[in-house]
Amino acid sequence: MRLGLFKYNQMVVDQLSDAEVDRLFHALADATRRDIVGRVLNDEQSITDLARHYPMSMTAVQKHVAVLEGAGLVTKHRHGREQRVRGVVQAIRTAQVLLDAYEQVWRDRFDRIGDLLAEPTEEGTT
Amino acid sequence: MTVTSVHKDPELLTMTVTAEYGVTADRAWELWGDPRQLERWWGPPTYPATVVEHDLTPGGMVTYFMTGPEGDQSRGWWRIIDVEAPRLLVLENGFADDAGQPIPAMPTMIMRMRLDDRPGGGVVMTMETTFPSLEALEELIGMGMEEGLKQAMGQIDDILAA
Repeated sequence: MRLGLFKYNQMVVDQLSDAEVDRLFHALADATRRDIVGRVLNDEQSITDLARHYPMSMTAVQKHVAVLEGAGLVTKHRHGREQRVRGVVQAIRTAQVLLDAYEQVWRDRFDRIGDLLAEPTEEGTT
Repeated sequence: MTVTSVHKDPELLTMTVTAEYGVTADRAWELWGDPRQLERWWGPPTYPATVVEHDLTPGGMVTYFMTGPEGDQSRGWWRIIDVEAPRLLVLENGFADDAGQPIPAMPTMIMRMRLDDRPGGGVVMTMETTFPSLEALEELIGMGMEEGLKQAMGQIDDILAA
């Protein structure tokens, strides 16, 4: 899974500025942060869940997550009252599936438009 | 068939779909500009749309509701951002409450529709949608498909793990 992440990062590395590369390496230079990235790659986790794995305060875990977020490795989002964290690769896959569903909405709409335009009008023109 | 191209960008959260029709731009514009014609294609046959307000001027509102097989209704609205008949329509699309009022806590999407003449006759209709965030995409499109989404995600994970 980590290999997948690095492949992805290699793909986008050309688009990263020096400052972004610095942030990326700084973010991954810490063992706790690497561990967090591994945990959220496939399954999103709440900050509370993550904090259980480390002998540190929730605030400290939040700081690590903020560093990872700043480096573009994870994203945070709200789910009910929870803050959840997930890997960026996972986020992109989720977006893909949702956009696929949305594509079908417009394919269906465009098909209905086609049917509507094929109907003869009262004036006999199209 | 009708759809000639689809481009989806999961990082920028945009989707652009184009379709070609053998009619003039004026005729194709009526699909958006005439509420009775809009009603015939906006909602799926199982959830036909009824348009209530229809003001295609900048800042104007279009409000509608869609009625399901059980009589259940879901309401939505457009706020018109830009309009150049018969070429361009830019709007914000969101959900409304039972009274037809926009729900401020719900995210919205931006739709940009363009009509271009084809050299050989007919028009190309381009629909570009932008979602402000992944969270918004999930709320707007993911509603009601969470189970299906989880299954699909599970399948992707299985493929990647194999």
